[in-house]
Amino acid sequence: MTAAAKLITINVLRYRPEEDSEPVWQAYQVPFTEDMSVLQGLQYIKDELDGTLSYRWSCRMAICGSCGMMVDGVPQLACKTFLRDYFPAAVKIEALAHFPIERDLVIDMRDFITKLESIKPFIVAETPRELSSGEYLQTPAELQRYEQFSDCINCLLCYAACPQYGLNTKFIGPGAMALLHRYNMDSRDAGKDQRMSLVHAEEGVFNCTAVGYCSEVCPKKVDPANAVNINKTESAKDYFLRWLPFVGPKGSRGDK
Amino acid sequence: MKRSNAPIFWGLFGAGGMLSALIGPMLVFITGIALPLGWLLPRELLSYASVLTFAQHWLGKGILFFVISLFFWHSAHRIFHTLHDVGIHAGLLARLICYGLAMAGTLIALVVLLLIGF
Amino acid sequence: MSARRPYKRPMAGWWRRNPFFVEYMVHEATAIFVALYALILLVSVVQLATGEAAWSQWVAILRSPGMVILHGAILIALLYHAWTWFNIMPRTLPPIMLGGNRVRAKTITTVGLVTALISSLMVFALIDWLGK
Repeated sequence: MTAAAKLITINVLRYRPEEDSEPVWQAYQVPFTEDMSVLQGLQYIKDELDGTLSYRWSCRMAICGSCGMMVDGVPQLACKTFLRDYFPAAVKIEALAHFPIERDLVIDMRDFITKLESIKPFIVAETPRELSSGEYLQTPAELQRYEQFSDCINCLLCYAACPQYGLNTKFIGPGAMALLHRYNMDSRDAGKDQRMSLVHAEEGVFNCTAVGYCSEVCPKKVDPANAVNINKTESAKDYFLRWLPFVGPKGSRGDK
Repeated sequence: MKRSNAPIFWGLFGAGGMLSALIGPMLVFITGIALPLGWLLPRELLSYASVLTFAQHWLGKGILFFVISLFFWHSAHRIFHTLHDVGIHAGLLARLICYGLAMAGTLIALVVLLLIGF
Repeated sequence: MSARRPYKRPMAGWWRRNPFFVEYMVHEATAIFVALYALILLVSVVQLATGEAAWSQWVAILRSPGMVILHGAILIALLYHAWTWFNIMPRTLPPIMLGGNRVRAKTITTVGLVTALISSLMVFALIDWLGK
């Protein structure tokens, strides 16, 4: 005699633009085991209950950044969130906040991609290098200055967490700032000058009001709030000192 | 991209926030509870003569001015942003009212403290 | 013809939906009490400048139960402001290195709070000394 399967109710905010005028909740009864992630719950729904459910996923091990969604109103990676922490209560799953819903749990992330491209997310060489110059040399201390920010997996949980981004999507936002800071702090990079106009702009760092929820939800402990707020000081220093002849606009050699 | 002038107001917000965090509670306790009730400190310190002497001294004047002014600038910036947070986005008008009142408070304090003399 | 129709969800009531945001609103609201205290101080210096009679009337108001209770509320708000200010402060600072290691956030907060305590005691000592 097999034990009766435990069931957990997963409520998903559905949205099919071709048939729904607005999003609508749909409940699914999913067999529950202690080791199941939310992602596995969604896989069960799509495989066994409702093949029309749409969601993004890939690595299922919290490194690709694809499966970000709101679980009971909190931005999480579905693969890193476990149903046992909600069972026997029902779970509510919704597309990542502050982004337009494309379909079901899929959001339109083009705003972030545009912002990411705008911050020059690559090493800007001081002078063009030949292969014969060899590799850059970097000490562990120099690595430490940016390593934490390089852990960003572009999952967008921080944008879903940030109410200032939700209220004004022109704001550059936590993720893009964490990556901007990552490159500025890299000893190999000489592009800080080129990035700072984004920081100083009306859409820049001063939209942040230090809510700090972005760093709370980050699955990789990047601490984007730190990146944004450090740059408030940088921007303010530049704002007040930029006309001094020996300082000039904050250059790339400023504080390596 | 248009450069923001936020650093000015953010700097004042930070200075006022730090000052109020460091000595705000004690000032409130002294001026609003201890002295009026005569707890721990002599009631006579609230007399016209005592307070006037304090306000006429350059140090007392300075303390009063910076506390009043920076507390106004700190709260103006925070209140302006909180209005935005709760959906009041009156933009330029909200800015003028919030920062305008802080400026008014600063100027009134300056004038009055100078009028009190040395 | 595209079948896309992205749906934008409204932000109204956003801060009520999460305890983290409710706390955020509470610590932001302490600014109202900072403004109130600055206003009380401003009125005080105006009354002082006006003259002895005006000052005495004002002191009578300051001594009223209502005003003392109001200051009690302001005191609580400013204590909460100080607490949250120094808890948020580490997040606004670049890494501080001490002996090759990064100083922990809790340490920065503790230093801030201790500095506040010492500064407050110094203010009290100053006023106490003035009274003598």
